[in-house]
Amino acid sequence: MSPRAVQELQPASTDPAFIRNFCIIAHIDHGKSTLADRMLQITGVVSDRDMRAQYLDRMDIERERGITIKSQAVRMPWALEGQTYALNMIDTPGHVDFTYEVSRSLAACEGAILLVDAAQGIEAQTLANLYLALDNDLKIIPVLNKIDLPAADPDKYAEEIAGLIGGRAEDVLRVSGKTGMGVEALLDLVVATIPAPQGDIDAPPRAMIFDSVYDAYRGVVTYVRMIDGKLTPREKIMMMSTKSTHEVLEIGVSSPEPTPSKGLAVGEVGYLITGVKDVRLSKVGDTVTTFVRPATVALKGYSEPKPMVFSGLYPIDGSDYPNLREALDKLKLSDAALVYEPETSVALGFGFRCGFLGLLHLEIITERLEREFNLDLIATAPSVIYEVTTDDKKTVTVTNPSEFPGGKIKSVSEPMVKASILAPKDYVGTIMELCQGRRGSLDGMEYVGTDRVELHYHMPLGEIVFDFFDHLKSRTQGYASLDYEPIGEQEADLVKVDILLQGEAVDAFSAIVHRDKAYAYGVLMTERLKKLIPRQQFDVPIQAAIGARIIARESISAIRKDVLAKCYGGDITRKRKLLEKQKEGKKRMKMVGRVEVPQEAFIAALSGDTEGKEKK
Amino acid sequence: MGSALPLGDPAPLDGLLPAGTADQSLGHPFGVYLHVPFCRVRCGYCDFNTYTSTELRGAKQVDYAGQAVLEVHQAAHVLAASGVEQRPVSTVFFGGGTPTLLPSSQLIEMLRSVDEAWGLAPGAEVTTEANPDSVDARYLTDLAAAGFTRVSFGMQSAVPHVLQTLDRTHDPERVPQVVEWARDAGLQVSLDLIYGTPGESLDDWSRSLDAALEIAPDHLSAYALIVEQGTKLARQIRSGVYPEPDDDLEADMYELADARFAAAGYEWYEVSNWSRGNQPSRHNLAYWQGHDWWGVGPGAHSHVGGTRWWNVKHPAAYADRILAGHSPAAGRESPDAEAREVERILLLARIRGALTTASLAPGPRREVAGLIADGLVNAQAALAGSIELTVRGRLLADAVVRRLT
Repeated sequence: MSPRAVQELQPASTDPAFIRNFCIIAHIDHGKSTLADRMLQITGVVSDRDMRAQYLDRMDIERERGITIKSQAVRMPWALEGQTYALNMIDTPGHVDFTYEVSRSLAACEGAILLVDAAQGIEAQTLANLYLALDNDLKIIPVLNKIDLPAADPDKYAEEIAGLIGGRAEDVLRVSGKTGMGVEALLDLVVATIPAPQGDIDAPPRAMIFDSVYDAYRGVVTYVRMIDGKLTPREKIMMMSTKSTHEVLEIGVSSPEPTPSKGLAVGEVGYLITGVKDVRLSKVGDTVTTFVRPATVALKGYSEPKPMVFSGLYPIDGSDYPNLREALDKLKLSDAALVYEPETSVALGFGFRCGFLGLLHLEIITERLEREFNLDLIATAPSVIYEVTTDDKKTVTVTNPSEFPGGKIKSVSEPMVKASILAPKDYVGTIMELCQGRRGSLDGMEYVGTDRVELHYHMPLGEIVFDFFDHLKSRTQGYASLDYEPIGEQEADLVKVDILLQGEAVDAFSAIVHRDKAYAYGVLMTERLKKLIPRQQFDVPIQAAIGARIIARESISAIRKDVLAKCYGGDITRKRKLLEKQKEGKKRMKMVGRVEVPQEAFIAALSGDTEGKEKK
Repeated sequence: MGSALPLGDPAPLDGLLPAGTADQSLGHPFGVYLHVPFCRVRCGYCDFNTYTSTELRGAKQVDYAGQAVLEVHQAAHVLAASGVEQRPVSTVFFGGGTPTLLPSSQLIEMLRSVDEAWGLAPGAEVTTEANPDSVDARYLTDLAAAGFTRVSFGMQSAVPHVLQTLDRTHDPERVPQVVEWARDAGLQVSLDLIYGTPGESLDDWSRSLDAALEIAPDHLSAYALIVEQGTKLARQIRSGVYPEPDDDLEADMYELADARFAAAGYEWYEVSNWSRGNQPSRHNLAYWQGHDWWGVGPGAHSHVGGTRWWNVKHPAAYADRILAGHSPAAGRESPDAEAREVERILLLARIRGALTTASLAPGPRREVAGLIADGLVNAQAALAGSIELTVRGRLLADAVVRRLT
């Protein structure tokens, strides 16, 4: 316990006047987790001995990448002017793919710390989340972090922040999460300026789920913010979206280890455990009430997670397919947004078509599958959802190029986003060039501070999921940041380009692209495959086609020599073993029509690595 | 030095062959290979089991013939003790290395020991490999007088820059001379050629073919240069001194050679071998046809009645084993029926018309039609019951074999 909090307040009976619920809005790397760690230490909920760096980030990937994927809430005692308060810090995910989860976390708070790296200034996603917080009427406490860094320029960025949220530069608090400097003052400010939660203790209970985490030992742990009334152990609760009922086996607060309590009352933040095993039964944004005395009106803002980006995941070793299925089944328990169904590819064998919230989500899932389940995977190029209307007025939803209807197409619509790019002003030209090439249309731009610019674009999501971020980063030496949000669909002149090997389409390489880019894609892929596919006993044409029309063509000439001419002076054993090895190699080939293609060639073509073509 | 030995089962110190060997050996012709593991210089492309004076680590070239003779005695004993039918020797082959680095008297001593051990069959073929610059008229006359019937000269190329890349030291002008001496001595002559040397153009190769045909030997071998791992040439290619071999150019070279040889009256009988007037290398054919032979010397391979074995590689290790009265075998294997069938197809497919369609299992037999359709197998010959590769089929022989096994 903090030396400054003489007596900790008990959950279930805390007067809302002494509760402060807040979150930290920050960009990756801006030191949110380090600051949170310092708060845990200063308030005494984690002893110095137990402190491990970035305590709240549980998953290895989170700790390694320094980002938070899943949020959590921690209750910390803090005293100001003789009164003890309970501070609930709700950790928010920091990435664009998790905007919905962020919005639910924000809805659980009355205030937010806007944390900005004093050496880098605010970033696009932080800005987006800041606007989200302002929309939710949250009290914002602007803070510059890492002021101990030699490169820190707090004066400059304080001006920038003041320009964004109003107020004066002098009011921007300066802290160092690393050294702890200014953190106590920040906690005081949280108590002093963030409003206490409001709510009706006597109304039927309503709690908003802002996070839902699967734990292998305890089942789903649901994090809630009490809006009205009170929840107690053994009570029968009801999820208002599905009307499903569960018994509360345990209720409590994290400080930061789960600590059971007698209940949670209005304004409080904590967790509940019902024994369910699937996060889909406890959905973020849903309202929890009681079966005996149900609320009639659910809290606003609930929506189902909607996958935006689709990709085929295939085990590199085909025999891993059952393991991949098992791994996805397990991940699904902790990730309500992950959807998948089996898929078969000529080139890649058996796999799953998976839907993700966005690119980072895709990356995280792939990485978790590889790391936690020891799988080697290949992912096909990400695709978005297209609505294709044929001439006979049928509309088909396409999440995979293979579903793209043949025959005459009347129209294709694709998801659009509003993208915000924040970058130093010197890069505006190169960013505009990039966005232009990705079919973006500029909505406007504005200065953030004196030397940075925020550009607003309308852009197809399909263009963003296809290596846009990599290009943006490399064109701006890593300085640009990106945020985007969906804004509906728009018609576009999109076509499906097939890649044909000796006349047979290779499913994994079909892509839906804008007509203006079809040729470039065709040339890129045919050239790549020409480099990667070994010569066969016959000429192999490689073509790119839109429907029946060939738009690009390459050819692999037939192999003419495949014989070991000498006999190694009677060393027949060596010769036989060589043949057995060759045959073993052939077995691992995938057949596209009569063409034998090593799986590595497909993988290299998908990943753009064309260096490693082996000789024979 | 040179390529690694296969991994097999351990071989017993007494060299006795496994039970069953004797039965399977019945009725097969028997040959002897004698390896001479010495060279004056190591050629940049070569990964054969051979050693220059600096690489010998205490083994002495001068002692070698005596050790080989001891192995011949041992061989006679082992075969008898293993119950293998004793047969006169049909073919003897001295290979290397450079056999003719040894004085002719030593080669003759080794041949005599073979004759003493088993007897040479009437009309036996006795060949030695030779470098054009390591023999003279006298040397060749001595060999012929002692029973040698054939000499195979490592001509490789007639183009100086190609010979230089290969580290071959002989003067191309000398080849017609040594061939003439060999003929005068009554020896049959074969010339070995190599194509695909880095920097060798189709034109260079054409000149070498002209030179070889001008000499009009009885027999010709043309081997594509193989860049073996661990050789100087492999390092030179890796570091960019020479370009990577070009398979298409090598295919052109093979086709050119085949056409020139055919026009000059040489018929192919094995993928890399041509002869005039039906004078193939009977010893090499024996390898492909699965006959029995005993390989004498370091790293030499043997095959008797379904058992294959190979000797320790280094001449010093070999000398230790032989002088201690132990078998020099380093390992051996007895391939099972399935592996033997693979070997049979793998070996016979390379010989013109040697593999009969009737001998193939139903699966491989069904492949034959596809091989004909792809232009790899001669249709007429197949209809008559044997597999005869077309020129294209010879160039893709490994692919043909994969489809037939």
